[in-house]
Amino acid sequence: MPEITYREAVRDCLAEAMRSDPDVFLMGEDIAEMGGSMGVTQGLVDEFGKERVRNTPISEAAIAGAGVGAAIQGMRPVVEIMYQDFITLSMEQIVLQAAKHRYMSGGQIKVPLTVRTQGGAGWSPGAQHAEQLEGWLCHVPGLKVAFPSTPEDARGLLWSSIYDDNTVVFFEHRTLYPIKAEVSDTLEPIEFGKARVHREGSDVTIVAIGRLVHVALRVAEQAAEEGISVEVVDPRTLLPLDEDSIVNSVMKTNRCVVTHEAVTRMGFGAEIAAIVQEKCFDYLDAPIERVGSRFAPIPFAPVMEEYVIPHEEDLMAAVKRTVARG
Amino acid sequence: MKLEESTRLSGETLVSFLEEMLLIRRFEEKVEERFRAGDLSGFLHVALGQEAVAVGVCRTLKTDDVIASTHRAHHHCLAKGMTPNALMAELYGKVEGCSGGYGGSMHLYDVANGNLGANAVVGGGLPGIVGAALAFKMRGQPRVAVAFFGDGATNTGAFHESLNLGQLWTVPAVFVCENNHYAESTPSRDHMPIVDLTRRAEAFGMRSIVVDGQDVEAVHAAATEAVAHARAGNGPVFLLANTYRLTGHYVGDPQVYRPKDEQRDLRATQDPIPRLRELLGVDVDEDSWSALEAKVAATVEASVEFAKNGTDRLPEDALLNVYA
Repeated sequence: MPEITYREAVRDCLAEAMRSDPDVFLMGEDIAEMGGSMGVTQGLVDEFGKERVRNTPISEAAIAGAGVGAAIQGMRPVVEIMYQDFITLSMEQIVLQAAKHRYMSGGQIKVPLTVRTQGGAGWSPGAQHAEQLEGWLCHVPGLKVAFPSTPEDARGLLWSSIYDDNTVVFFEHRTLYPIKAEVSDTLEPIEFGKARVHREGSDVTIVAIGRLVHVALRVAEQAAEEGISVEVVDPRTLLPLDEDSIVNSVMKTNRCVVTHEAVTRMGFGAEIAAIVQEKCFDYLDAPIERVGSRFAPIPFAPVMEEYVIPHEEDLMAAVKRTVARG
Repeated sequence: MKLEESTRLSGETLVSFLEEMLLIRRFEEKVEERFRAGDLSGFLHVALGQEAVAVGVCRTLKTDDVIASTHRAHHHCLAKGMTPNALMAELYGKVEGCSGGYGGSMHLYDVANGNLGANAVVGGGLPGIVGAALAFKMRGQPRVAVAFFGDGATNTGAFHESLNLGQLWTVPAVFVCENNHYAESTPSRDHMPIVDLTRRAEAFGMRSIVVDGQDVEAVHAAATEAVAHARAGNGPVFLLANTYRLTGHYVGDPQVYRPKDEQRDLRATQDPIPRLRELLGVDVDEDSWSALEAKVAATVEASVEFAKNGTDRLPEDALLNVYA
C-alpha cells in the first residue's frame, strides 16, 4: 500500500475526479500557479489548465456563489476558501443559498457544491487565521460537513463530497497536511455518516475530530501504560453524524470524553454530549467531559496561543477524571 | 436608448405584451386584495408599475435561458413562463404551488422554465447567476443567465463581487437593474452617493445600456441587444431600467417615507400600461380593451379558485426536501 500525505490525498482526489469527469472544476484564491496557500492544488493547473483550475479575485461571496450557480446547472465545482475564518465572508451564499435552494424550491434543485477550507492553530497567526468553525456549519439544515483526520479519509471523503448532490463543507486541518499514512492502492469513496474507530478500548471513549484524533491516539498510548484502555472514535462526517457508533462505544466503555480544537462552549462536542446522555444515560459512570479551546479568540503570542488550545495533557486529565469516578 | 426602426415590434406582438402586462397588474391587485382579506400569509411585495421591465426582458429569452429574481418576483415569474395557477397556489402554500408550498412569495422557483428562484436576500442571487453563466460557457452552451435586482442591491458586496467576476471571466450574463428609486423605504439620494448607476458597471469595464423601464418596446429592444451581446460571448451587460414602484415596498406599507401625492403623480404619468395602450392607438379600441380585461380577469380569478382548491401540505412534510 502506498504512503501519502494528507495534502497529497486531497490533491490526488481532486486530480482523479477532474481526470474522469469534465463537470468537476476548481475555483479559489491563488490555487493555480501558486497551488493554493497550503500547496494543496500544486501542479493541477499544469494538467487541467486555467479553465478548470480557476484563480479567483479575493471575493469569497462570489467564489461560493459562483459555485452554487454552476452546481445548480449540474456541474460539480470544488471551491477553496483559503482560511476557514474567511468562510464568514461567504456565509450568506453557503447558508442562505447553497443550503436552502433545494428546500425553498420544493425539491426542484440540487446544489452539488463542495466547499474546501482549512484552518487550525499552533503557528501563531493570531485571531483571524486559525479558528475552527465547523460547529457553525453543523447548525445549518441542508448542509453536510466533513472533517477528515487521515490521508485515507481525506481522499475517500472528498470524493464522496464531490459526488454528493448536496453542498458539503469540507474541513481540512492545517497541521495535518504533512502527516503521512498508508492508503489503499485505488481511491475508495467513503460513505458519509460512518465513524471510524481508530483504536478499540474498554474504559473510556474519546470522540475526537480533526487534529484532536491524533492527540487522542497519543493519549490512548500513554493511558494504556497506566492501565487505562481508551477507545478512539472519529465521526469523520459531523453532518450526517454516525450516532450509533458513538453510542455503542459509550455503552461499552461507560465513559465519554469529547474533544476538538474549536472553543468548547457551544461547540460540536456539546451536541455529542447531548446525544450520549439522551441515548445511553443509564450506561454512564461519569459526567461527559469536553476538551476544546478556552473561550477566547486565538491569541498571537505563542505562550497565550498554547494556553488557549487543547493539548495531550488536557485530554489525559479529562480521561483520568472520568476513570476516577469509578 | 433610442429605438431604431428595425427594433420596432409589430402591433400584434405589442398587443401580446399588453396582455401579459395587464395579467401581471391584475394578478398583483388580486394578491393585494386576497392578502387584505386574510387569505394569504407571509410577506408580499407586488410589482405594480414594473411590469414592462419583466415582460420586455423575459420576452427576449429562450426557455433554457435562466433568471434569478428578487423578493419582488411575481412579474418576473409570470413573464418567464410560470402559470398564474402555480404562482397563486404557492402564495396559498399549496402542494400545487410552484415551490410546493416550501417557498412562498419570496422563494418562487420554476426550473423547467429557467427560473432559478426569487431570492429574499438583496443581491443574493447575483453570484449564482455568474456561476450559471460560467457553466454555460464552460460547456459551450449558447445560453444566457439573467439577474434581476434593484437599485438597493447595487450597494451590496455581492453586486460588486459578481460584476467583477462576471466581467473578468466574460460569462454570458445580463445584470438587469430595476431602478425603482427606493431601497425599501429609502430613496436613492439617501443610499447612493452617485446618481448614474452605470458608473458602477463602468468601474468593471462592463458595457451598460440605459432604458426607460416604463416603455416595454424600448426595454425589449435594449434587452435584445444585451442578451445578444452576452450570448455571442462578448461578456456581461449591465442593463439599467429606470422604473417606478406604484405601491409601497410591501403590501400594507403605509409609505410614510414619501410624499402623499408622489404615488398619485407616478400613477398618472409613469404607468407602463396606459402608455403602451396609447402607443397602440386604434389597435386596441374600447371593445378589444374590454375583451382583454375580461380575459385577464378570468385567468386571475381561475388562479384563485385553483389555489383555494389546492392540496394542503401535511405539517410533517416540513422535513422533506432538506437534502437531495
